[in-house]
Parts: sequence; C-alpha cells; structure tokens
Amino acid sequence: MKVLVPVKRVIDYNVKVRVKADGTGVDLANVKMSMNPFDEIAVEEAIRLKEAGKADEVVVVSIGVKQAQETLRTALAMGADRAILIIAADDVNTDIEPLAVAKLLAKVVEEEQPGLVVAGKQAIDNDMNATGQMLSALLGWSQATFASEVDIDGDKAVVTREVDGGLQTIKVNLPAIVTADLRLNEPRYATLPNIMKAKKKPLDEKTAADYGVDVTPRLEVVKTSEPAVRQAGIKVESVDELVTKLKEAGAI
Amino acid sequence: MAVLLLAEINDGVLSVDATAKAVSASTSLGDVTVLAVGATAADAAAEAAKIDGVAKVLVAEDALYSHRLAEPVATLMAALAADYSHIVAPATTDAKNILPRVAALLDVMVLSDVTAVVDADTFERPIYAGNAIQTVKSSDAKKVITFRTSTFDAAGEGGSAAVETIAAGDNPGLSEWVEDKVAESDRPELTSAKIVVSGGRGVGSEEDFAIIEKLADKLGAAVGASRAAVDSGFAPNDWQVGQTGKVVAPELYIAAGISGAIQHLAGMKDSKIIVAINKDEEAPIFQVADFGLVADLFEAVPALTEKL
Repeated sequence: MKVLVPVKRVIDYNVKVRVKADGTGVDLANVKMSMNPFDEIAVEEAIRLKEAGKADEVVVVSIGVKQAQETLRTALAMGADRAILIIAADDVNTDIEPLAVAKLLAKVVEEEQPGLVVAGKQAIDNDMNATGQMLSALLGWSQATFASEVDIDGDKAVVTREVDGGLQTIKVNLPAIVTADLRLNEPRYATLPNIMKAKKKPLDEKTAADYGVDVTPRLEVVKTSEPAVRQAGIKVESVDELVTKLKEAGAI
Repeated sequence: MAVLLLAEINDGVLSVDATAKAVSASTSLGDVTVLAVGATAADAAAEAAKIDGVAKVLVAEDALYSHRLAEPVATLMAALAADYSHIVAPATTDAKNILPRVAALLDVMVLSDVTAVVDADTFERPIYAGNAIQTVKSSDAKKVITFRTSTFDAAGEGGSAAVETIAAGDNPGLSEWVEDKVAESDRPELTSAKIVVSGGRGVGSEEDFAIIEKLADKLGAAVGASRAAVDSGFAPNDWQVGQTGKVVAPELYIAAGISGAIQHLAGMKDSKIIVAINKDEEAPIFQVADFGLVADLFEAVPALTEKL
C-alpha cells in the first residue's frame, strides 16, 4: 500500500507573528518557516507504517510557493520516498484555501492511487482544520480525524480519535483519510546523513494548472487586525491580597 | 435567508450551552432551523425547541446516526442544504469533523471558528493561534460556518419552535463506531464553565495535580491543563486548553505552573479575569494576567484553597 502525506510550509510555531500595520496580513518577510507541526506527525506515522511492513511507499506532497520544496526535503530526510511539489502561488502571502488544496490533492490521489492519506489535523497558520475532511468528501472516502492511534487491519483501519469528552474508536474502510492529532506520535529528527541522502530523492515539480484546478480564493480577506490587547495587570504580593482583589473584582 | 444549525448532541442529550450559543450567533443571519441528528434525538430536539430564537427543529433519528459519524451526517446535511443560505454549528470536535465535509460536498469553503458576524457574507475569525483576527467576505452561494462558542452569549430559554421529523438520508457505509472512552467528570464542562483552574508542567506529577483539582472543586470550577501537563501524563488530554485543545473564555481563569506559551494563550486569553501563579516572574503568562502572584504553587494553591 502506498501512503500519501500532504505537508505544509508555515511560519515556525515559536515565532510571535506580527500583523502588518496596513491590515493586509501577517508579516511573513524574513520570518523563519518550518513544516506544520501536525504534518511532521503525519509523516512520522506514514514512515512507521512503512517500517512495520504495512506500507511500501511514502509519497509527500506540498502545495504553495517554490520554497515549499525545503519542507518536502525535510519530509524526505525523515524517511519519505518521493515528493511532489505543486506550485500554486508566486508569493508567500498567498495562502491557498483548503477547498483548492483538497481539489489538487484529489487529483494527486487519482494519479498515485494511495491506500491511505495521512494529513495533519490543522495548519497552525490559518487554523482551518478542514483540508482532510474536504479531501475525503471529494473522493467519497471515509475519514478519521484527530487520530491518536492508527492500526491497519486488512482492508480497514481502526482509529482512535481525540473527541471533546475523551476518546472514540472507529473502524473505517480503506482507502481512507486520517488526520493526525498531537498525541499520535513523537516525530523523529532528520539526521545529517539522511538530510544529505534526501537531496538525491526524487522531487517532481508541477503547477496547479497541470491538474486543471482553479485556486481562486472563495473567501476574500477584507483585513487582518491585531487581537484586542489586554489591559496590563498587577502583581500581588500574597495570597491574601489575591483573594481581596478577586473579591473586589467580583470574580469570587 | 435561512440558517440550518447542527445541534450538539451526545448520546441523545443536547448540549444546551453550545447549541444556544450557536443559535445566538446565527439569529442575525435569518430564521434558524435546528437539526437534531442521532440514534436518539427526540428529547434533544424537544430541548432545542425551547431555545429562544429557534424557528423550527428537524429531527433525524436513526441507528445510522449513532455516534454521529461524519460520512452519514454530512450526506444528510448536504441533502437538506438547498433551502438554506447558511449551514452552521458550534465549533465542537463533532462539528469540526462534519462541517468541512458538508462544505466540500456543496463545493463551498468552510469558515472555521468564527468569532463575529459582520454581515451575512462577512465574518471574523482568529488565525495564527489567535494572534491575528482576519475579516473575510465569502463569495460562495452558501456559507458553511462553525462558531467559536466562547465568544457568543447563550440564547435564553422561552422559545416554542415546531418539531418536525424527517427521514434518514443515504448510508454511505464507509465507517463504523467501535467504542468510546469517556473521561469521567462530575465537574462543570470545561468550555462552558464560569471558572477554570488550570495546571501546567510546574505541577510536576499526576498526584500533585490533586491540589489543582481541590482548588477547582472549592470554586465549583472546571479543571484545565497545558499541553506540557497532558504530554507528561499529569492530566487527561481532554483537559487541554489551547490552540490544539479547547478554547475557553470563563469569567475567571487561574493558571498555576503554566509559563504561557503562544499555543496555550490561544485557548484562554479571552477569559475575563486571568490569574497567574508562577515562581518565574519572567514567565510570559504574567503579560496577560490581570493578577499575578510570583510564588511556589505548592504553597500558594493550597493557601488559596484554604482562604476561599
């Protein structure tokens, strides 16, 4: 079985983002970019399936600007076999919407015929949490979102999901889309020799037009603003003072 | 213009708070029809009919909808979509699982975690872990939306909407439910609690988390945790507050032994009053705290519990 893993290049999760003063977006110039943390978990899971003999090839795909090939190289260094880059934007500020990404991924799935797609549950830039579900709808496949455990059992996958009240286990028909939650695994670091080897692994470059998918946004960004700033608070000296202040504020 | 709203139902019981908050977010968009889906949904539908602002309730009760698997519920919602301009739900894990699937079936985008309605096409939503607010205008014929419940007030009781039973939709037959492991809790539900007491890495162990729980019980509060506390096994994962856990906005949020990483703040910085107890006076949590106490939580938390 082939496993397909979509990965996204996003602002590094440790960076404190800055909203541009003119309200046109978030300042991404000269900011450290990395692989979306949930996608690292998805890549790790795919590689583990391969190591367990449940998968025979791991293909990673990224959609966006040309620089996303760095993200794909990282996935290859972790252990993926092959990469596909779909260039759909000229400018890092253009975020392709989940619907367009799902349509492009659906075309890749048609071509590659994977038995399983493992995606991250959400990208930490747009915080949408939608691409996996949308891809699954477009393909008419089953979906298992927010996965914390995946077990391939013949032509089905048994997946434990993180839901509001605790955990839920479902059994889905393969092929399926699984989206990875934080607790699915601990992603490995790419070692230096593997980073060198990854440079020789195949990376196909395509464009959105090659797949005949229109990536025009459905949601026009009117403006991007800073969230409301909290009033500066005070430091209290003791528990007694804290209790007094909370009583004054009517909080307790 | 009309709104189809997916009611939040667990095991046949309506989550009144989440549903009522989504109703209040939706009333400016048109007449609200609540859809109650489940293996048993009739009681939940009757409850939903009492929410102020609900015009009608549709009940789809069938074994097919047991545990509300995404594939059959999304199929049903897409089939009902023709009569509605907006298809909405509270942003729970259930709805986040289902609504993007509905949107793709209708070939429209989804608007996730909407925090404000500007007009029928324009909405605000947080991006980058809540560090920016984006205002977006949808050009889609239908808007599929999940509402972040912590930013809306719950609609009151007093409605008396008509309840209508509808037939179940097609069964895609793609998945089946196996089991639930529900975390036992007598405390208020985290996302709707008025007070939340959270512990972080500083708590140090699962046993020591008891001091956090004791303070919470004294205050009638829900218990939360940072990712560090969950990953270290001090607390179950459904207590996690943050970008990847739950988003809360209680009247009072007490953070003990939590440094205040961006991802944690994303889940709690809209709380009305934030109290931080941390022995590191440089911890970022103090930048958002209304009242900060630089102290060892093992002394301060029991002392606070004692004094209340």
